[in-house]
Amino acid sequence: MFRDAALVAGKDLRLELRSRVGVAQVAPFALLMLILFAFALDPDRAVLQRATAGLYWVAVLFSALLAIQRAFAVESDEGVRDALRLSGLDPAGIFLGKVAAIAIQLLVLEVLLLGGVVVLYNAEPSGFALLVPTCLSATLGLAAAGCIYGVLAAGLRVKETILPLLLLPVLAPVLIAATQAFEAALGGATGEGWRWLGLLLVFAAAYVALGFGTFGLLLEES
Amino acid sequence: MVEVGVSRTRHQDRVRPPVRSSYAMELAVHFRGAVSFLGRFPALTGVDLDVGPGEVVLLRGPNGAGKTTLLRCCAALVRVSAGEAVVLGHELVGASAEVRRSLRRRVGLLGHGAGLYDELTVADNVTFWARAGGADPVDAEAAMVQLGLDGRLRHLAVGRLSAGQRRRTSLAVMLARRPALWLLDEPHAGLDQTGRDVIDRLILDARAAGVTVLIASHELDRAEAVATRTVTLVGGSVLGAPPTPGSARSPIAAPVDRAQDEVVDRVP
Repeated sequence: MFRDAALVAGKDLRLELRSRVGVAQVAPFALLMLILFAFALDPDRAVLQRATAGLYWVAVLFSALLAIQRAFAVESDEGVRDALRLSGLDPAGIFLGKVAAIAIQLLVLEVLLLGGVVVLYNAEPSGFALLVPTCLSATLGLAAAGCIYGVLAAGLRVKETILPLLLLPVLAPVLIAATQAFEAALGGATGEGWRWLGLLLVFAAAYVALGFGTFGLLLEES
Repeated sequence: MVEVGVSRTRHQDRVRPPVRSSYAMELAVHFRGAVSFLGRFPALTGVDLDVGPGEVVLLRGPNGAGKTTLLRCCAALVRVSAGEAVVLGHELVGASAEVRRSLRRRVGLLGHGAGLYDELTVADNVTFWARAGGADPVDAEAAMVQLGLDGRLRHLAVGRLSAGQRRRTSLAVMLARRPALWLLDEPHAGLDQTGRDVIDRLILDARAAGVTVLIASHELDRAEAVATRTVTLVGGSVLGAPPTPGSARSPIAAPVDRAQDEVVDRVP
């Protein structure tokens, strides 16, 4: 399974490097969102600073949608889905590989966006002991849930539009918990943040477990 | 069509238990009264077909006859709802995910879609799919050489290839995996004269090596030249191929036949 996961993750990352969709489209889109939020809230700088954590994770969330959609669009091209099913790869390995590839892309994006909120919103990153695990667990949760709904949507005719509709409500807990933990970390009062981190970890664990159990079925039947 | 859909539910309730006759297990492909639906459409309506190891069988028939569905059933990509279906010793009716995966590792399908990643190079694609199927990267290299993809083409992104070159890359992927059963759906489509000759040579080599090959093709002159036998499909079943003695036609086939006759009448 881990061999299959490494193979799939390597292939997905190579696809990303070759196509440069992440660099040329997803990252600029995410930064553009931060800039637009700044334009919209600039007259009231205090509101912008208070909303930094929420705006950061909204930008991550919408960018993640693009990355997830892209990750499964390449598997929907002519005959690739059949080839994937015929390959003999362990479905759990495929799931794990795709989660890993999406998570790596999102983590790079989160670092970039962190720079964005520092420059645009005057945020002062602190509480790294909470910040780092928050980003890791939220990213894992986003990627795992995204893969489950991504493969489900990829089998549908309306895959381009259905994924956000399916995924965004599911990811609401990640948005809330990550925002709260991030805010606590930025504010230096990490006490409350650890509870939210716990929720993120539970969410990530639940969706990783669900993915292990259902990805093969979804790949087969959807 | 509505009646067929209703029948389907009834038919699915009557799925036969798996068979385990040694005769069926010795064959590369054994179908008896095999029925398969695409959605509510009965694409296979009681196929009877036996293919021995090392045979090269040409499947011919009009569009919509069920050739592609039959190949996809053999690859466990489409479910067989009823009847008997054994491919390379794997019983397909009611097969578990593990059985389907086990069969798929031994089957190579050259379908209508290329099954390749456009952004990756030819070498990346062939190596990835070969490794995914558990094949040695050396086999991937050999397959590329055999298909003439070892020169400048190997570093070209698949999205920049011509249709024929993509077809050759798909073939290289299949070759690299060394499947025991080749399922070729219109293998000559989109190829120039040289490409067609390469395909024919590969099939003849496979035949000599004892590989079983099923070819669905409209290019009868070419395909018949390499095939050991021709089977005609019409309306989802094999024409003029009565069941072998002792094996009854699937009980669900008769009602489906009536629906199928109506459908076939409408096929141009």
